[in-house]
Amino acid sequence: MFEGREPIYQQIAEAIRGEILSGALNEGDQVMSTTQYASTYRINPATAAKAFAALESEGILRKQRGMGTFVSDGAPEQLRSSRRQSFFAERVDPLLRDADVLGIGADDLARYLLTSASDASSATNTDQNNA
Amino acid sequence: MKANGTATIQGYGVQISDLAVRYGSTTALEGVNLDLAPGRIHGLLGRNGTGKTTLLSVLASLRQPHTGSVLVEGQAPFEHEVLMENICLIRESGDVIGDVSAADALDFVEVARPSFDREYADRLAHSFGLDLSVKPAAMSRGQRSALGATIGLASRAELTMFDEVHLGMDAPTRQKFYDELIADFAEHPRTFIISSHLISEIEPLVETVTILKNGTLLLSEEADDLRRRGVTLTGPTALVDQAAAAQTVLGHTVVGSRDLGPTRQLTLYGDLDQRSLDEAERAGLQVGPVPLQDLFIHLTDA
Repeated sequence: MFEGREPIYQQIAEAIRGEILSGALNEGDQVMSTTQYASTYRINPATAAKAFAALESEGILRKQRGMGTFVSDGAPEQLRSSRRQSFFAERVDPLLRDADVLGIGADDLARYLLTSASDASSATNTDQNNA
Repeated sequence: MKANGTATIQGYGVQISDLAVRYGSTTALEGVNLDLAPGRIHGLLGRNGTGKTTLLSVLASLRQPHTGSVLVEGQAPFEHEVLMENICLIRESGDVIGDVSAADALDFVEVARPSFDREYADRLAHSFGLDLSVKPAAMSRGQRSALGATIGLASRAELTMFDEVHLGMDAPTRQKFYDELIADFAEHPRTFIISSHLISEIEPLVETVTILKNGTLLLSEEADDLRRRGVTLTGPTALVDQAAAAQTVLGHTVVGSRDLGPTRQLTLYGDLDQRSLDEAERAGLQVGPVPLQDLFIHLTDA
């Protein structure tokens, strides 16, 4: 699971952010304890605790004394808005480079995006209305 | 020794300064300065014969330093009974009395170590599949190692050292050992020093890495910091060389180079500039980690 160059705690934090964005973890959901995390992923418990501390300081998770650690209210929206800012540079630019290598022109790309994006957004819109 | 709830002692810290140990005319360790913080899992690495076992033996009072000082929890461990009750070294193949039954050997440890948890020891021995009515001398090497691991964990010593304790253990047993170590460390934080050649297996467990080379200290630092000094760059040759050149100012070393047709992979070690690595990634290069084991090989194979 841990394949990046970043410290393992950052990769754990990123995995939890991903679970919140995908909806696998919702607002108010309890996350595993650092001990459970450490046992499950076979890492040092201090590393798991560091990941949790990072997410708590970002306001993504909140610790409730004696109860456990929970996903903060508003965490999904907070993550989405910060992701939007880096989306084009981090995700779209590499895609454009790949398309260029394959000889896929801007027109083809635009046409594809318009058709698939409208399918995808109708699906997520209903999701968000339910939330 | 341990109070429940507040003010739990979280293991012993270790301070070593200017340590030298000699066997006759052979110098095993020279000029070693080392600080290991309490309550953490430390990895001790080094090639064969570089002084790892000697270092751990000094901490366990099995040897005395010729020069320099070794302090555990701020005190010299040699002939310090109270301190030694809470310092536990398990060497390869178990380090247990061989000619009584394993159950009797556990009885002996239980008397010698006030923090020993017999119930936990029995549970561990069972999960390792050990028959405690057998004498350790009649056990296989792997079983003796598992018995050693059992004693090391159940002793709950404030400073617990495992020196190549995995030797002879098969892969499932080693995995069980690591799992138990994580679980028990989470519940009872204390100081561990783990020496092993199976670097990739202990990498996720250790918070710091100490490397000995030819009887001297090569480095001792946070595992994350060490990993951050390694990077692999993979992509078209020209782009890879350009990205590597961008790091040159910082004095990195190219420690590996592989070419596959027009694709080049360079492994760099040094103080890397994250910003230019990010740029390289945006330009389409694969920027990957270097496993601790590869860094270790680079640092010690010379």
